[in-house]
Amino acid sequence: MDMIAPLNARADQARPMTESKAIRAEVRNLDFFYGNNQALKNINLPIIDRQVTALIGPSGCGKSTLLRCFNRMHDLYPGNRYEGEIRLMPENINIISRDIDPMYVRLRIGMVFQKPNPFPKSIYENVAAGLWVRGIRRKSLVDERVELALTQAALWNEVKDRLKRSAYDLSGGQQQRLCIARALAPDPEILLLDEPTSALDPIATAKIEELIDEIGSSVTVVIVTHNMQQAARISNYTGFMHLGSLVEYNDTAHIFTNPSDQRTQDYITGRFG
Amino acid sequence: MTEHTVKAYEGELTLLDKKIAQMGGLAENILGQAFDALERRDPGLAEVAVQSDKAIDTLEREIEDMAISMIARRQPMANDLRHIMAALHITRDLERIGDHAKNIAKRALAIASEQYPKPLMSGLRHMVERALRQLKDVLDAYAERNADMAVAVWRADEQIDAMYNSVFRELLTYMMEDPRNIGLCTHLLFGAKNLERIGDHTTNIAETVYYLVHGVPLTDDRPKSDNTSSTLISGERGS
Repeated sequence: MDMIAPLNARADQARPMTESKAIRAEVRNLDFFYGNNQALKNINLPIIDRQVTALIGPSGCGKSTLLRCFNRMHDLYPGNRYEGEIRLMPENINIISRDIDPMYVRLRIGMVFQKPNPFPKSIYENVAAGLWVRGIRRKSLVDERVELALTQAALWNEVKDRLKRSAYDLSGGQQQRLCIARALAPDPEILLLDEPTSALDPIATAKIEELIDEIGSSVTVVIVTHNMQQAARISNYTGFMHLGSLVEYNDTAHIFTNPSDQRTQDYITGRFG
Repeated sequence: MTEHTVKAYEGELTLLDKKIAQMGGLAENILGQAFDALERRDPGLAEVAVQSDKAIDTLEREIEDMAISMIARRQPMANDLRHIMAALHITRDLERIGDHAKNIAKRALAIASEQYPKPLMSGLRHMVERALRQLKDVLDAYAERNADMAVAVWRADEQIDAMYNSVFRELLTYMMEDPRNIGLCTHLLFGAKNLERIGDHTTNIAETVYYLVHGVPLTDDRPKSDNTSSTLISGERGS
């Protein structure tokens, strides 16, 4: 039952939703190695609570590698090594420490991938899965959470009459929103999105962007995107990465109108390489 | 600076600057012609200046269309975004400068048959030379992305204001000397006001250039010497 504590006891729930500048997580002096290959170099980055943080940069810059550190995805492969810290607030625990079980981290931090990956189950079961894993079994509570998550993911109206149908009957864009609903259902402390719209058409993309906008004030979101305009549209803060380093981090309007670093400017204006 | 990966985009930005340079050149020309027409009482030249203003308006539309199309198609960011926004602002100011110059040309037509003493023109001549210098400098500052030069133009507008102030007093004196001068002097006074406004638009352009280069607005308080709005004739009456 310890596992479900974060679900119901968010330490900051009493605080107003607006103007929260509190730090939800803080990356400190993070290095990451794939075997001998250093993919991240001394990253320092705050993740602001209930705001959308975007990570942008050219292919191979380390943005997805950084995102995956947040829920210990790299632990799935041998030879990978973290150095430094990612501190999850307000408890101030280092989630990449060897003493912390990766499963514990993943229960608190949700993730959605580039391609929609629903389970071969019904729509309802997909969203409920995360709740059942966390020991939430009471039907009325699960029903309530499933509806809330599907509503947050802007999918409820489209699927409320066919919750028992297979998730595979949905379109690509709907499947992706289902995956977001699945990640949102357990009320994650941070939601990680790894190129969530790169496999979707512009309308499906717009729906995802709209839902990120909607949940952005209540959930802490970190999104990796190749699409700079998307980062500009939906994020509050943007980090630009290049060759494994964080070159520049600032509020999004600043990054896209007057970046401080020449490399950032060259990248976002399409002058790179 | 490194060029854009998409060459057509680079080409469009270059063309945008070319059109602004062209527009700036036209504005300088019209202002020069309009004043020469005023000074020499040459209605033919005044007519040329009035007609040339149409070319400025055409360029303004072209630049606006280009900017809108680039915003829609290229999604400009950072310095490119500032570049396109600056182009739009500068175009507006140049169009206004063209209008003021045209206005001077129209006054030249109106008073072409009037007799007036040469010294009356010397103050205005200084103003127009100063305004032309400022306009040329600010267009160079834009072309070279030179913020220091833009700031120098911005500060120097004070001189045009001071000249306007003295022309204003001078013309008031003439009017008081002989009421028959009032018609002529009123036209010249408005001409001087046109020049003063041209100076203001030039400082707007200087501010735009500063923003384009640095990405932050020019915030200093600009020195001002135009105090004609609080000047009364009563001072002269006593003398």
